[in-house]
Amino acid sequence: MSVRKLKQAALVLFSSVLAMTSSHAWADKVLNLREGVTEVSRNAYSLHMIVLWICVVIGVVVFGAMIYSMFAHRKSKGAVAASFHESHKVEILWTVIPFIILIALAIPATKNLLLLEDASNADVTVKVTGYQWKWNYEYMDGDAEGVKYFSALDKASNDARQMNSGIDVSTVPNYLQNVDNALVIPTGKKVRFLITSNDVIHSWWVPDFGFKKDALPGYINEAWTRVEDAGTYRGKCAELCGKDHGFMPIVVVAKEEGEYKKWAAAKKSAAAAEAAAAASDKTWTKAELMAKGAKVYGSSCAACHQPNGEGTGPFPPLKGSAVATGPAAGHINIVVNGSKTNPLMAAYGAQLNDLDLAAVITYERNSWGNDAGIVQPKDVKAAR
Amino acid sequence: MSTAHAEHEHHGAPSGLSRWLFTTNHKDIGTLYLWFSFAMLLVGGSFAMVIRLELLQPGMQWVDPNFFNSMTTMHGLIMVFGAIMPAFVGLANWLIPMMIGAPDMALPRMNNWSFWILPFAGTMLLSTMFMDGGGPNFGWTFYAPLSTTYAPASTDFFIFAVHMLGFSSIMGSINVIATIMNMRAPGMTLMKMPLFVWTWLITAFLLIAVMPVLAGAVTMMLTDRNFGTSFFDAAGGGDPVLFQHVFWFFGHPEVYIMILPAFGVVSQIIPTFARKKLFGYSSMVYATASIAFLSFIVWAHHMFTVGMPVAGELFFMYATVLIAVPTGVKVFNWVATMWQGSMTFELPMKWALAFVILFTIGGFSGLMLGIAPVDFQYHDTYFVVAHFHYVLVTGALFSIIAAVYYWLPKWTGHMYSETLGNWHFWCSVIFVNITFFPQHFLGLAGMPRRIPDYNAAFADFNFMSSIGAFGFGLSQLLFLALIIKCIKGGEKATDEVWEGAEGLEWTIPSPAPYHTFAEAPEVK
Ligand code: HEC
Ligand code: HEM
Ligand SMILES: [Cu+2]
Ligand SMILES: [Cu+2]
Repeated sequence: MSVRKLKQAALVLFSSVLAMTSSHAWADKVLNLREGVTEVSRNAYSLHMIVLWICVVIGVVVFGAMIYSMFAHRKSKGAVAASFHESHKVEILWTVIPFIILIALAIPATKNLLLLEDASNADVTVKVTGYQWKWNYEYMDGDAEGVKYFSALDKASNDARQMNSGIDVSTVPNYLQNVDNALVIPTGKKVRFLITSNDVIHSWWVPDFGFKKDALPGYINEAWTRVEDAGTYRGKCAELCGKDHGFMPIVVVAKEEGEYKKWAAAKKSAAAAEAAAAASDKTWTKAELMAKGAKVYGSSCAACHQPNGEGTGPFPPLKGSAVATGPAAGHINIVVNGSKTNPLMAAYGAQLNDLDLAAVITYERNSWGNDAGIVQPKDVKAAR
Repeated sequence: MSTAHAEHEHHGAPSGLSRWLFTTNHKDIGTLYLWFSFAMLLVGGSFAMVIRLELLQPGMQWVDPNFFNSMTTMHGLIMVFGAIMPAFVGLANWLIPMMIGAPDMALPRMNNWSFWILPFAGTMLLSTMFMDGGGPNFGWTFYAPLSTTYAPASTDFFIFAVHMLGFSSIMGSINVIATIMNMRAPGMTLMKMPLFVWTWLITAFLLIAVMPVLAGAVTMMLTDRNFGTSFFDAAGGGDPVLFQHVFWFFGHPEVYIMILPAFGVVSQIIPTFARKKLFGYSSMVYATASIAFLSFIVWAHHMFTVGMPVAGELFFMYATVLIAVPTGVKVFNWVATMWQGSMTFELPMKWALAFVILFTIGGFSGLMLGIAPVDFQYHDTYFVVAHFHYVLVTGALFSIIAAVYYWLPKWTGHMYSETLGNWHFWCSVIFVNITFFPQHFLGLAGMPRRIPDYNAAFADFNFMSSIGAFGFGLSQLLFLALIIKCIKGGEKATDEVWEGAEGLEWTIPSPAPYHTFAEAPEVK
């Protein structure tokens, strides 16, 4: 086989791959870093473009010289090797010039880094806590002070992402980029995030804000943003955090001051109503508990124990399990206090209220063929 | 890769299995290392195929997320510790004694042991995949507490395997240093050593400095997991960030352990086919030494987002971008070596030239990643994946392949098949770029690394990347075919093999006799 034939074959291959992948217009492909919506992200973008162009220029010079030499200085063209193999002048030149370029780069980079890390004088502070595999947001001050909730992958994505779900994921709006409860922040305000984790390391990243910051157990990291335009901004957990690392998106909705205030008031009264319901000694019907339990199970438990209750890998089945079909006390105990021996089964007493706990325990005791009676919020309260 | 010549040696090799089990011959041990690493390349490569298969399309089709994570973990560990590192040790074994005019390595029995630990360590590492609860699933960087409190039971076997791999590397490096310092032929001064020998000498010091740090990290994991300590457990007063500092204090020099010998290989090959002396020999040596030094003070550039004090972030940013200077010097020197040479483009040269261009692209993205305020965007995305595959696949691995093509005729006594070789080269170069170049775009567009599923917005480039990966994987089977064919027969190689080749290894017959330089040659 001649080299020419080889090259032809290569060309055909390359163009067919291109053809295969160009089914959608290239125009709407994202090829570059996004500029984002904050000063920090715009700075990162312009620095990115500067370094990129520096690399392109150096690349053109170096590869240009190399490729020219590969054509001009080849033996088949009768080139005879020169004998030089040293030159202090050139060597100093190509040590000093890159050095100067680097200093020129370091100046704006330093400025941007100092800006990025300066979370002082914030208007609103939100505590962000990573959990396997969802986020908890807690408003520390301002209009929404005290508001606290979990934010996990939305149901549509979650259903579609199950193995061989049969759902065409391209029909799911914002597949894997949508949550059940978005974080809401006011526009035009400096919002400070206090970022930490309840279990393993996560990383809170919204590309449009221009940074990610790790959520570490035992540490509280600071970050900040100021968004001018109302809108929805999407991100992802960026640090490998176990099985469902790919399935813990972030959605931030920035609202104008007035809208934000309205949202905060609504959220507060809903939370108050929920707390009152959970604390009341009301006896709930099985249907009520099952309906609520199915929701809680879906958002808090199904990731490990699976929607069908059959478990997977290190996560035990609840269908027919001794605990979920045995005495209620044991079941309540492991859910409220977690497993003594395995940290993967967390203490949900710290995350869910009595009503949610009773509901999810009831749901587990009466689903997938289990039939072990219902649990009331007051049973959970008594067991705490 | 040199069984064929064994019969017609006067003072030949023993035969049968015991030859390989008990051998203390540097060529045999080099061969064992190279075959081991090739086997691991195929195993690690097949894990990569599983990863790319799941990522071929959006949606979960083939493997569950936990298994996906153990695939990425095992792929990384096997490629780094099983394929790249042993391959360079194999080259060191074959070549260092022949290049410095020594009869063998300085410590031949230890040499046997440092190889034979590897198959056991590798087997133990792979066996974790069949254990209850699955194999390691926390990434090749195994950050605590995911790798301690939250890890599967098999992690203890992973720790043991890493300890054994570390032992092997440390023994291998002691051997390299002892050989180079004590066994050079008369007249072979340090500044006359071939660059491959120089880069390996410096690499060996790096290995001795950082493998114990890795051993320390996994030992702390072991006691955290089993003996109630809390080095990395915040709840017990420990510090998960400590783990990252310790890991990267090993990890960054480790990436240079995988690239310095590659620089050495390329610095041997380019002068040969340019028929011109290496430009700036002494600056190459100094650049290698400065890279090695700098590699100890940049580790936290992997941790910009972990929440270090700003002063720390600034220091690590400045130190990191500084590495671009000596790295640039190397690239400039290679180009200057080619300049006004009399070049031919046999396969070793093709691979070396591909190395220079593609490794430099990896260096460019490295420079970008080193700029801390932008790394807050790039970090933990596919942009990083693209970066380290350009430096490791088209860098380290390409240089290893180049080395095999370059010295294969010396090892086997036969020339390889040019046709197969050309197919292998062009397929590899094209597919590797189809695989990894689009990953830059994916990362910039916001796709995090280590995820098994993604939004349809990322679909096209992932599809392209997967197709490239399958092609690249299959292309390596051509390499296997070529090597086997070359061992079995082929055009006889001359002693010099390449017209422009210089160095002691080209003065001995092809194939290299079982024992060489029983009497030291004189170096002018
Ligand atoms: C991060 C994964 C994970 C999540 C999420 C999770 N569990 Fe578990 N769960 C486990 C593991 C692992 C065990 C086994 C614990 C052990 O071995 O002690 C377990 C055990 C249990 C058991 C005991 C089963 C038995 O037969 O021993 C119950 C009941 C249970 N979980 C309920 C829940 C409920 C209710 C939720 C949601 C509120 C939940 N789990 C969420 C991982 C998880
Ligand atoms: C110009 C020289 C280089 C610079 C400035 C550089 C810089 C960096 C930086 C800053 C990162 C961290 C990126 C992040 O996680 O956000 C990184 C990652 C990495 N680099 Fe480089 N690099 C260089 C060369 C190399 C070489 C030569 C190798 C190996 C042969 C290498 C291998 C790696 C690997 C494996 C990672 C990823 C580690 C991981 O997170 O799993 N780099 N590099
Ligand atoms: Cu996470
Ligand atoms: Cu590094």
